[in-house]
Amino acid sequence: MSSETGPHETVSDENLPAEQGAEPGTAAEKANGNPFADPGLPPHDDRIQDIDERAAKRSERTVALLFVVSMLATIGFIASYVIIPVEQYVYLFPLGHISALNFALGMTLGVALFCIGAGAVHWSRTLMSGHEMVQDRYPIGAEEDTKSAALAAFGDGARDSQLGRRKLIRNTMFGALALVPLSGVVLLRDLGPLPEEKLRHTMWERGLRLINENTMEPLRPEDIVVGSLSFAMPEGLEPEGHDFHTEIAKAALMLVRLEPEDIKDPQELDWSYEGIVAYSKICTHVGCPVSLYEQQTHHVLCPCHQSTFDLADGARVIFGPAGHPLPQLRIGVDDEGYLMALGDFAEPVGPSFWERG
Amino acid sequence: MSNTEHNPRPRAKAPAGERVADWADGRLGIYGAAKKNLRKVFPDHWSFLLGEIALYSFVIILLTGVYLTLFFKPSMAEVHYHGSYVPMQGVVMSEAYASTLDISFDVRGGLLMRQIHHWAALIFLVSMFVHMLRVFFTGAFRKPRELNWLFGFLLLVLGMFTGFTGYSLPDDLLSGTGLRFVQGAVLSVPVIGTYLAMFLYGGEFPGTDIIPRLFAVHVLLLPGLMLGLVVAHLILVFYHKHTQYPGPGRTNKNVVGFPLMPVYMAKAGGFFFLVFGVIAAISAVFQINPVWVIGPYRPDQVSTNAQPDWYMGFSEGLIRIMPGWEWVIPTGHTINFGVFVPLMVFPLVLAVMALYPFFESWVTKDKREHHLLDRPRNAPTRTGIGAAWISWYFVMLVGGGNDLWAIFFDMSINAITWFARIGFFAVPILTFLITRRICLGLQRRDRDKVLHGRETGIIKRLPHGEFVEVHEPLPQDQLHLLTQHDQPKPAELPPPTDGHGVRRKVGPVEKLRVRINRGYYGPKAQIPKPTVREYEEITSGHGHH
Repeated sequence: MSSETGPHETVSDENLPAEQGAEPGTAAEKANGNPFADPGLPPHDDRIQDIDERAAKRSERTVALLFVVSMLATIGFIASYVIIPVEQYVYLFPLGHISALNFALGMTLGVALFCIGAGAVHWSRTLMSGHEMVQDRYPIGAEEDTKSAALAAFGDGARDSQLGRRKLIRNTMFGALALVPLSGVVLLRDLGPLPEEKLRHTMWERGLRLINENTMEPLRPEDIVVGSLSFAMPEGLEPEGHDFHTEIAKAALMLVRLEPEDIKDPQELDWSYEGIVAYSKICTHVGCPVSLYEQQTHHVLCPCHQSTFDLADGARVIFGPAGHPLPQLRIGVDDEGYLMALGDFAEPVGPSFWERG
Repeated sequence: MSNTEHNPRPRAKAPAGERVADWADGRLGIYGAAKKNLRKVFPDHWSFLLGEIALYSFVIILLTGVYLTLFFKPSMAEVHYHGSYVPMQGVVMSEAYASTLDISFDVRGGLLMRQIHHWAALIFLVSMFVHMLRVFFTGAFRKPRELNWLFGFLLLVLGMFTGFTGYSLPDDLLSGTGLRFVQGAVLSVPVIGTYLAMFLYGGEFPGTDIIPRLFAVHVLLLPGLMLGLVVAHLILVFYHKHTQYPGPGRTNKNVVGFPLMPVYMAKAGGFFFLVFGVIAAISAVFQINPVWVIGPYRPDQVSTNAQPDWYMGFSEGLIRIMPGWEWVIPTGHTINFGVFVPLMVFPLVLAVMALYPFFESWVTKDKREHHLLDRPRNAPTRTGIGAAWISWYFVMLVGGGNDLWAIFFDMSINAITWFARIGFFAVPILTFLITRRICLGLQRRDRDKVLHGRETGIIKRLPHGEFVEVHEPLPQDQLHLLTQHDQPKPAELPPPTDGHGVRRKVGPVEKLRVRINRGYYGPKAQIPKPTVREYEEITSGHGHH
């Protein structure tokens, strides 16, 4: 608004606001002797547009200019849509390489909308009445007679229905209304199958080779070197297959080679092959794939919630919110020297559940 | 109508606009509503715009969301990608992900609509959140507005879930990880968890049902509920008339401001375009949720720095800071407290806010209508509770971003997690005490200003050498503003015996209520505001400073 303030000499004296003076209430309250009393609404401060028609004209032109800019921006939007190819990328400092179309459409749309808003707000602030109005409030609750009339009407209706007198109707009606939603509940049954043993088994079984997830080739023990982390999935699982996601969500495996003397847990050593241990990649917290391996400490960290497992000690939880170790897969090699599973996981993989035990 | 004067014909025919209005009035009764509402007064304050931002971003989300449904395919069927985004050529992905790429790279303006939709969602949530805090700290939730507080609260919660279901739809690696978390969380529910998970996902995770189901929830169920609640919220704002801040001429029985027509039609209507314009410009410049960088979902892959959208961050914190307690109970069943406790605390954190108005009215037993807002310092206990809640929320947010804090500030992730674990209990208590203390300090300052005037910064040397600062008495409107608030008397337990010497029974609940009430209104919870007598004693004596 300050931009609207013109030179003061153009404002003639008779247009200046009257001397701000005694509001009627003020003097009376002061006379009452209460210095904290509400002095009432302060007198209205005239804006420059209220007293100077030239300033008002300038405001009008500003508002109109904003609306015109908006129109131009909309035309710019349509032109950008037609002219700029969708695949064109441009370098724009400091944003970097950006989609030219997205930038042009967004900026023109933004300007078109913003100018409508700015015009309307400027109009209301400079030209529409700046006088504050006062309206009374009334209590939300009803007056006593309204209340008694409403209660009387309700009483009449209730008596008319005879609901209180005819208990048989009332009770059977409540029974019927209580039962009927059950149909809706029953219908939800086919949302999914029953859990049964689904969470307890994975695709792994004795003799299935371990397939490297990156090369899709079967793994040999010599492919796995000390200090590296490899990911594997069961032989026969096709990434294009129908059940791939559901199966890999349980069967995903990670492999590391430890020095056998570093393995602290006797069962872990027993289930390993030449120091290669295979653990479920699915975190026992809420099922993220555990994937950050620290080779010095043999710790793996889940990037989602930072549960940390010690792979040298039965994948014991050493930090974070996971409640139990990662399940280990027992592995060996087949006749051709490829790593294979010696069975399914001994316990359910992934997050725990009520029936897990 | 003034232009009838220029109409050569007599008043036989009203102008076209009036005739249309007559037609509508005969069917809808619009004149009665217009008479009541066209010049309805709304008070002005910048903090009242927060709710407006929420409303307008909701409208923007609806508009852009409808556009996105025209192109998005909510299907988990696997396809080979052959669109124009080169790095993904031939990659196997779900149709949901592929169609999101199509919207981003092949539909002209599709990326803009996606970005506006997502940015508006973030702004929707943040503006609701800040709007709620404004309502809380000014006591605007008090009678008669408790129900509208609940409507607003439900909108916030539904907004969070609508946001979550929305960003889960593209089936990218990040959002799929979020859905995996949900499945793990549902599995932790005792007794029925596995059944719930099977029914929710149509079998084992991830299956092929969850995206189409979330789509229906995201575009139909939740927005439908929210639209109804938004309408109810606005009707009640209209019906109750807006609250206003205290000041000269503003009382609990009036509303001072500008009329709906034309000022608020222009201001509020214009503000819609301002909000929309700013969000469009943000979406032109700042990339949001680039799912093409993240890649399609595979349950055995994950990226680091996996974070939900900000409004889910506090629940992420709960899940990250909870110790991994998991018990096998004697029946042979597993209770996974490590996940189930956060799952239960999550609604509790929100419910604390939802129920606060009812708690306060129980404590204060205040049955009056309140239309004049509190200055937060004048309600130190409430302000302390609100600040404590915010600090609690931020501790959880820090816990949820522990990996980011660790990376950006080069700190130990374990230390940050432990800070959040302890801070979860300690920080809100400290914040409460400090905030209440600050409020009381501000009350003392108000009292000093009323009694001794404003510090002018002018130092005067008295004849005997003493230096004093000249204070200037406050004008009456300031005196009024600083003294207009109520200072209720603290509740007291009735005397232990009644008039006949018979022992009175006071229940433990009432004893607790009185204790809490004294925490609100007791001598340690409010600084007595200056009385007229105190003021006059000081101001009548000349030569005081």
